[in-house]
Amino acid sequence: MDIANVNPVALTALAIGLIGLVCGAALALAARFLAVHEDPRIGQVADILPGANCGGCAYAGCADYAKAIVLNDAAINLCAPGGQEVLDKLCAFLGKTAEAAEKKTAIVLCGGDSGKAPRRFAYNGVADCAAAQAVHGGDKRCGYGCLGYGSCARICPAGAIEIANGLAKVHKNLCIGCGACVKACPRTLIQMIPVSRTIHVLCRSRDKGPVVKKACSVGCIGCTRCAKIADDGQIAMDGPLAVVDYAKPFDNEEAVEKCPTHCIVRA
Amino acid sequence: MTSILLIVIGAALVNNFVLTRFLGICPFLGVSKKLPTALGMCGAVIFVMTSASAVTFALQRGVLDPLGIGYMQTIAFILVIASFVQLVDIAMKKFAPALHGALGIFLPLITTNCAVLGVSVLNVQSGHGFGKAVLYGFSAAVGFALALLVFTGLREKIDRANPPRCFQGVAIALVTAGLLSLAFMGFAGLVK
Repeated sequence: MDIANVNPVALTALAIGLIGLVCGAALALAARFLAVHEDPRIGQVADILPGANCGGCAYAGCADYAKAIVLNDAAINLCAPGGQEVLDKLCAFLGKTAEAAEKKTAIVLCGGDSGKAPRRFAYNGVADCAAAQAVHGGDKRCGYGCLGYGSCARICPAGAIEIANGLAKVHKNLCIGCGACVKACPRTLIQMIPVSRTIHVLCRSRDKGPVVKKACSVGCIGCTRCAKIADDGQIAMDGPLAVVDYAKPFDNEEAVEKCPTHCIVRA
Repeated sequence: MTSILLIVIGAALVNNFVLTRFLGICPFLGVSKKLPTALGMCGAVIFVMTSASAVTFALQRGVLDPLGIGYMQTIAFILVIASFVQLVDIAMKKFAPALHGALGIFLPLITTNCAVLGVSVLNVQSGHGFGKAVLYGFSAAVGFALALLVFTGLREKIDRANPPRCFQGVAIALVTAGLLSLAFMGFAGLVK
């Protein structure tokens, strides 16, 4: 049959149809013979997880965590945003039992806002804490306090961190406990703590008392009064700085009242 | 040798696909927020555009031309490129899972992008041979990757620079893209 004699419309339809058919057949064969067998439970576990992809479990997103749970038998209580509800569903689905890890929240261990902790110079660079820190060790007179340029607030997937008056503050009710902000702070001021803890030493300055006093009106001057009140190590002196041991429950109002610089707070 | 150099410089710089021909704008604006994603996209684009050049060249010369239905090239190309990329996606998942992990999510995104279709159509129009067609596809993709990476770098910097509120986000990105396009006009006339 000569091509020139065929109806051009029919020829076109036939040719394109054939091309489509060949492509479709090739795909069908590929899907049949090159298919990668994937455990169906991975998808189901991923559906149970909240899909926040916060990385708080130390896996690259919820899908990766689901894979680790099914294939590598990873611990199932690592999902902070999901909390008890997700853990219950995972237990039911996988037939496992697991203790819930207590929900954690981030806290910024600094109380020196613009009014309380003066700045050494006017920083005009990009609004980023790491950048500010790189300029002569940061513009705050205190070399340990919150710079307030909001690197933690920008990285927070839940929008739980507010910068108010040059100081980052975590809103406990919004924090999903992923820990992304901990890595973002160039001064490592942010810690993950159990939500039930209420007494905090909002200072990380390792300077001696007189130096702290010049830099900030709410800094820890290392007077050791709180450590004597919390004498079971709930608040312990680490050099010139009082540090709360969050593993030990402690709820004594006296420590808050006796702190001469009011850097111990209830929150 | 000279003609090869002309093709490479011409496709990558002078007639840059994104900044001079305005093809492939959607991935250019869409995945230029972070460098790692942009790099993944670049890899996928280079791969897809190079292989699509080869496949569509074969289709044009082997099927469409002999049948005299060259006017169907757009539809036929889209059909073949789409299924070819799917095929590669499946094969890659099977034989090179690591590579699939790096490029996998970008492959379907770029499948029937106008840059990919554009390179195939331009190849046919300019009457390149097989080797030159593949080279042209590769250089065009490298040009795309260059533009995307430069643009991503700029956007990452702009994100930190705190532009006025009315310019934040897409607005400043479009202004930047325009300026970058103006800059690439400096290459015009380098190759006739």
